[in-house]
Formats: sequence, structure tokens, C-alpha cells
Amino acid sequence: MLQEIHIRLAETRDNTPLAINQRVPKIFTPGEIISEQQEFMRGHGTYEEDIYLKASVAGIKEQVNKLISIRPLKSRYNGEIGDVVVGRITEVQQKRWKVDTNSRLDSLLLLSSVNLPGGELRRRSAEDEHMMRQYLQEGDLISAEVQNVFSDGSLSLHTRSFKYGKLSQGVMLKVFPSLIKRSKTHFHDLPIGASVILGNNGFVWISPTMVNQEDNVGGFTQNLEEVVPRGTRETIGRLRNCILALAQSNVMLFDTSILYAYEESLKYNVAELLLPEAMVDVAILTQHKLNLSEYS
Amino acid sequence: MNLCEAEKTFILHGVEENFRVDGRERSQYRPMELETNVVAHAFGSSRLRLANTDVLVAVKIETDVPSVDQPDEGKIEFFVDCSANATPDFEGRGGEELATEIANSLTSAYRSTKAFNLSKLCILKGRKCWKLYVDILLLECGGNLYDAVSLAVKAALWNTDIPRVLAVNLDGNNVEMEVSDNIHECVKLDIVPAPVMVTISKIGEQCVVDPSAAEEQCATASMVVAVSQDRFTTVLQSGSGSLHPSTLRESLKLGLEIGSKLDQALIEVLKQKPAKKQIGFLM
Repeated sequence: MLQEIHIRLAETRDNTPLAINQRVPKIFTPGEIISEQQEFMRGHGTYEEDIYLKASVAGIKEQVNKLISIRPLKSRYNGEIGDVVVGRITEVQQKRWKVDTNSRLDSLLLLSSVNLPGGELRRRSAEDEHMMRQYLQEGDLISAEVQNVFSDGSLSLHTRSFKYGKLSQGVMLKVFPSLIKRSKTHFHDLPIGASVILGNNGFVWISPTMVNQEDNVGGFTQNLEEVVPRGTRETIGRLRNCILALAQSNVMLFDTSILYAYEESLKYNVAELLLPEAMVDVAILTQHKLNLSEYS
Repeated sequence: MNLCEAEKTFILHGVEENFRVDGRERSQYRPMELETNVVAHAFGSSRLRLANTDVLVAVKIETDVPSVDQPDEGKIEFFVDCSANATPDFEGRGGEELATEIANSLTSAYRSTKAFNLSKLCILKGRKCWKLYVDILLLECGGNLYDAVSLAVKAALWNTDIPRVLAVNLDGNNVEMEVSDNIHECVKLDIVPAPVMVTISKIGEQCVVDPSAAEEQCATASMVVAVSQDRFTTVLQSGSGSLHPSTLRESLKLGLEIGSKLDQALIEVLKQKPAKKQIGFLM
């Protein structure tokens, strides 16, 4: 039995804004005058022309005393120390890996800032340098923490904790980094049987929940034989489509919003969540539920 | 973008389970969004978005001299431009190979007179004809380019208005033609039999349609069929890899089924009233 093929006209698209009855901060567009006085200092995302201070990106204003900056709504990832990121290895070099983390420049992962199998305090020998591709090779996905930010904005990562390391079976999504809500933890084992890593860089990783974390020493193992059962697969697929639906309607992503969206989406089957109406519906219901829980 | 082994395994097992990463079945298509008449200065245009794949097509018309072999036929030419915005791989001359491949497949799919009748484009036998330039711009690549391009091309041709020729005068060797002054007085082409293309990828032991960019990487082989009213106009293989004869037969059957269904869905949406408001591709 073949499924129906949906082709819609663009004009029938539902562009309902979600933030009804909410205070929406003013969005500045590039070239817009922010201030006519000269007493303010020029921060990120702004420039001076004539006597005016103008926005150079589309975003919202942030002011600290006399420093005005515009934070863009959509941008590449600007890393900060301590951020949790998900990244993909793009290159293996001398004593380091290059990692794509959705930043303007590729990030670095030094051989000295990973936990190699065999204990934390192990000396790194020349042998390890030759073995680098066996630990991580091009295309591999990792979760890591930002250790340092260089002057050109590129990041240095580390995986010196058991929770970081190579990622196994699952699916990765890309959303705008500004949609990821900063919180105490970005690793969530959801009660519905899947784990989500919300990387600050906008890369979201959804995987089946690991049962035995202990034998995952150093985080360099991938279980390729294991077949993810159908139930878990459906949960992962549903989470994926829910997160994309929320991202499309610009709803902030954190554990509660994702769980709410998951609950609201249960009336659709997983593939139906690809339809634009269903996506908007789920996002509206989620936003509504979030508003309710905020005020109660 | 390169996937790692574990991600590929996840996709592979999903295809075997008949439950893909986004919840689709093997023979299921992603929803699409179509808009026609998006480019004001073109004779016909369309934009199609299929998940992350975004294609813009514009049709331009000029007069030309028919070729000696087919004096009573017009001409159609396809040109594909891979924008470097779509993926960094297209930078410089990176997209050229793919562009020629798509353009050639379209040319061969539209060659059959049963799929697209070029004789309608003839103005004066052996002397003057219309030539359609179909310009295709790939704005974003999210997998399944062939299908998206063929649908967008069909929609753009459907949208194309050809100026009505009132009279043709032969003055010595010069052909003079008189075109209607009323810009709304136009001729539409018969686009119903125009082909649509379906990509069938073999992932593991199974065949899937409408592969996403990640799924395309897991495919061991893939083929493209162009279907016009329950007939194949072209069958071609994209990329490397080989198909077993029985798999080939199966995928041809699947391609034909999906192709006619896709065609039906497209014609249905094209027959709807033309859009009153413009959406464009910035929103």
C-alpha cells in the first residue's frame, strides 16, 4: 500500500506566530539606528556611521551600562568556555583532531585533552599518535566541552570526563544555536526511553538510552551489532520530528519543552509529524503548555 | 558531510525495519511545498521545497531557427546552476559535474515526443521556432535532487505563457512575425504528459524512494527513472554500485508506481487556482 504524496502550495502555509499575548523584544534589522547619542560604546553586532550607532545584524539589543551590542537571532555558534557541544571530526592532524562544531572556524581537539583507554593519568606516547585514527576518524561524532576560546574565535575542546566522548547509534539534528536554552545540564535521559544531548552549538543528538555505562571506558566504543528495537526507534523518530517542529516555530529547546512536544505529538503518527500543519499544531500546543506551567 | 559508521548502521537498520529515521516507510515521500510564478521577468517559473532541498526554475523564451533534422519542431534546453550556497562542495567548479548530469538526464527525459511535444513550438516550418531555455538553480541540497528538479521543471513549464503569434509574413529571406499586443493573450503548453523523475536508492537489501541526504550516503546503488503517463522515458543510474536483475525489476516497478502517483499529486496541485499572494523564498 503506497502512502499519499503531499504537495502543498506555498500560499496555504500556516505562518501563525506563537508568541501571542507575550512581550516580544524589539528586533533590530541591519542598518537600523540604535541610538542617536554618542555616549554609548560600540559592542558586537553594531557599527558607527555618521553620528549614529547602527545594527549590523538582525537581532535583539543587549545593554550593559554604556556598552550596546546586538545579539543575532540566527548565527553561527560563538563558543564560550564550559559549553557542551556536539561535533563531527573533519580532519586528523598531528596530535589533534579538527572538529566541525557549526562555528566559523573548525574547533580543535588535542590528543592531550581526551581520555585514552587505560586510565586518566596515562602518558601519551608516540604510539598513541599513530593510533589516533583508530580512536576517532573523519565523520565520527563526539560530545565535548569547550576548554578554551582562542583570539580568532576558534575553540579548543576537551572530552576529559566519562560523559563526553564518541557517540554511537542515533541521529543528529541541526538547529540554530540561539534556540538551545542554557541550563545546568545538557545531557538528558528522558523517561520515554531515549537520551538527548542538546549541544550549545545547535547540534542535537538523540540516541537510545545506554544501560551499562561502565564498560564504555574512555568513550571510544561503538556498538555496531546492536539493533535498536522498533519501540525505541519510534521514540527517537518522534523526538526528532518534534524538535524540528519546535525549531521551525522558534520555540526554545530544553528538556521540558521537548517532553511537552512529545506528549502533544502522540495523537499523530511519526511520519505525520513531517506535515507542516502537524508541526505548527505541536509547536502551538507546546508553547501553550509552557505558558501555563510558567504561571501556575 | 560524512556520516560515521554508527549513524549509517542506525539508518540501515531503520530501512530494514521499514521505519526510517524520520518515521517514513520505505515508499513514502516527504511533504513538498510548491509555488509558481515567483520570478516576475520570466515567462514561467516555480520554486519547490522538499524538506531541505530547494529548487528554483525559470523558463525563458526566444525565437530560433529549427534544426535541419527536425524542421517542424521547436527546441528546449536545460541548464542547471549549482549555487555554492547550497553546499560548500559546489564552490568553484565543484557542482559542474552534477549540473551536467542533471541537465543531460532532463534532456533525455524530455526527448520523447509522447512526453513533450516540440512541434507546438514551431512557428514556421524550417524557418522559425520558439526555443525554451529552462534555467534551474539549486538553492539548497537536502537529498533527492533529481525528483525535486523534475517536479519544479514540470511546474515551471505548466506556468509558462508563450506569446500568441497572430501572423507570419515571409519577406524574401526575412521571417516577420506579429505577436499579440495583449500580454495576457498567451498560449499554454500541454504539460500533462511531461515526465517526472523518481530516484530509487538501494540501502542494505531494500529499495527506498525519496532518500534524504544522510540516506543517500548509505545507499549502495541508486537509479533514476523518468515516468511519463505510465511509460518510462529514461532510466539511468546515478553514482556507482550495481543492482541485481531481480532488484532492478522490482525497483522499476516501484518507480513506475511512485512516478504516476507523484505526477497525479503534482497535476492536482497545479490545477488549483494560481496564488494571489507571493511568498517567495526568503520566508
